[in-house]
Amino acid sequence: MKPVGARTVGTREQLGRLGPLWMFFFRYGPPRWSEYVLQNWSGQRLVIAIPYLWLLIFFLIPFLIVLKISFAEFLPLGRPPYAPVFQWVEEGAVQIKLWVTSFAFLMSEPLYVSSYVYSLKIALVSTIFCLLLGYPMAYAIARSSPTMRNLFLMLVILPFWTSFLLRVYAWIGLLKNDGVINNVLQFLGIIEEPLVMMNTSFAVYIGIVYSYLPFMILPLYSNLEKHDLTLLEAAQDLGAGPIKSFLRVTLPLSFPGIMAGSLLVFIPVVGEYVIPSLLGSKDETMIATLLWTEFYNNRNWPNASAVAIAMLLVLVVPIMIFQHFQNKELEAGRR
Amino acid sequence: MQAADRRVEKKTKHEPWRDPHADAYVRIENVTKRFGDFVAVNNVSLKIYKGEIFCLLGGSGCGKSTLLRMLAGFEAPTSGSIFIDGQDMAAVPPYERPVNMMFQSYALFPHMTVEKNIAFGLEQEKGLSRNDIATRVTDILEIVKLGQFAARRPHQLSGGQRQRVALARALVKRPKLLLLDEPLGALDKKLREATQFELINIQDQLGVTFMVVTHDQEEAMTLASRIGVMNRGEIVQIGTPTEIYEFPMTKFVADFIGSVNMFEGQLIEDLPDRARIKSDELGGVIYIDHGISSAPGAMVWAAVRPEKINILRQPPADTSENCVKGVVKEIAYMGDVSIYLVKIETGKTIRVTLPNVERLSDDERILWDETVWLTWHGSSPVVVTQ
Repeated sequence: MKPVGARTVGTREQLGRLGPLWMFFFRYGPPRWSEYVLQNWSGQRLVIAIPYLWLLIFFLIPFLIVLKISFAEFLPLGRPPYAPVFQWVEEGAVQIKLWVTSFAFLMSEPLYVSSYVYSLKIALVSTIFCLLLGYPMAYAIARSSPTMRNLFLMLVILPFWTSFLLRVYAWIGLLKNDGVINNVLQFLGIIEEPLVMMNTSFAVYIGIVYSYLPFMILPLYSNLEKHDLTLLEAAQDLGAGPIKSFLRVTLPLSFPGIMAGSLLVFIPVVGEYVIPSLLGSKDETMIATLLWTEFYNNRNWPNASAVAIAMLLVLVVPIMIFQHFQNKELEAGRR
Repeated sequence: MQAADRRVEKKTKHEPWRDPHADAYVRIENVTKRFGDFVAVNNVSLKIYKGEIFCLLGGSGCGKSTLLRMLAGFEAPTSGSIFIDGQDMAAVPPYERPVNMMFQSYALFPHMTVEKNIAFGLEQEKGLSRNDIATRVTDILEIVKLGQFAARRPHQLSGGQRQRVALARALVKRPKLLLLDEPLGALDKKLREATQFELINIQDQLGVTFMVVTHDQEEAMTLASRIGVMNRGEIVQIGTPTEIYEFPMTKFVADFIGSVNMFEGQLIEDLPDRARIKSDELGGVIYIDHGISSAPGAMVWAAVRPEKINILRQPPADTSENCVKGVVKEIAYMGDVSIYLVKIETGKTIRVTLPNVERLSDDERILWDETVWLTWHGSSPVVVTQ
């Protein structure tokens, strides 16, 4: 690559009458930053820097703002409805007022605590159900012939072609008291009275497992598909039957896939808003619903922010545990 | 006296295939395996005896691995049957066969330590206590000299160490029959040679019957008590390494094992104690000091190994038979031997290898473009008819 100083813009003839002027500016003008970047940064760094910059501006900075608001004083009639945290009191002095009332409120109010517990419970149980349903599916797809494999994978991804919201709405039509399921069961004479399924935890589970199943299947599939099948032959050769071989070879080797799939289901489900508000009960609220109420109905921004921060803290721990395990497994699994 | 004793001992060595009453440990009877239209194994019958190292030798795609996989139970024969220790294996799944396999890729469990890998097979057996398993694992690690690597994972081992783990994992089950699929394929030359002899030692020590599949004739020659040469799904010849090398029965076998100079010719004389072949390819007559018992006038091939040919700088007294004049076209110095490619007057190139017994100065050495005479003894050519 040419050094920064030596630039050529073209010959005098090519540049026309204003050529000399052009060349003067070109040679002695301000250094061009793009050239600097190209020469001093490798393409790799640039590719990494752009998404990080994006995350910095649109995730980290808003997060810090939310964090700040969660420590602010609530002013019910204020606009915005909170007092500033940082304030110039006099020349050269900044006053920082941190209110922990919002967090104290979260701890003391049983509604919040039970919502967190309920959210975690919903997320955990849904993840387990997704795993129980998704593992055999992913396994079957990974072991089918290449043509069938592509078809099955497409079928797994197919629901994404319709709006998520529409698909959840469609479940209302199926689950409600005079919905499809109840009508069919009553028509067949299996039940007399309609089963109450709408606005229950059951409906929430149905909606979540249905919506998040592909996120479990795809990482599991990509793990299972890479397995060396001679390992299973070796296990059988050493005297392990099909079930033993699965438990001792396939299952442990698919652990990173199980972790990745569970992460992809568990984390978004904890903060799930649409499914519980459309299908869930009014008595048992998930944390995202509570956050919405706090923010829009009560206009209590500090409380809403504290709810959000607490949710993040609740999720950070499992995320870090998962990733620790995943890295360990990947390291060990590498051959 | 001592020498004579040793010869006696040699003569009575373990060769059960020469005894018509010996019971074969493995019997493969008319086994055929088809994949769609492709016949991988074609009507193979084979007997393997206890304590043997039997090598299936053949090029890639000749069906040797398929045959091995059928013995292990990973493939079912399309027709024919396999008996191990007198028991028909047709309905026996791989995990119930008295057979263990060492895989070409070793197939070590990446998520287990060396110790766990080896213990895996024992844990599947009923009635073995933890202590028994631990003792047997330690013992076998001692045999394959991997004691200090017990706690490592496969990816922390070298290729040779992995190979030994794979061997240990199969041997610790004390199988009656051990199947080895290209056991030394992934090792470098030095390590291969060391491991070959190690394998033979271990086999001696434990008395296991080995069935080895390989495409490497050198590997087969050093390991095997008997070799079965396979071609296109069929076994073309079974014999001891010496038999296979010195008395190949077909052109394919002669060509596949080692290198050979092949002369096509017409049988002009065939008596019990001598035979003569007139070969246009050679431009002369080949004399053989034994009979062929083939139809007179038949077209046959005489195969002469490169190391059984002498190079002379002066014409010998009798040039009428087993002698040809040529010009040295190529010399390859291999260290222990040198290979000479000599072009004879018919245009055919003959390969000759000579051991480098002495260090020769430049004017003693045979050089490029030198005219030489090639001769060989009447016992050297092997005549094949197909």
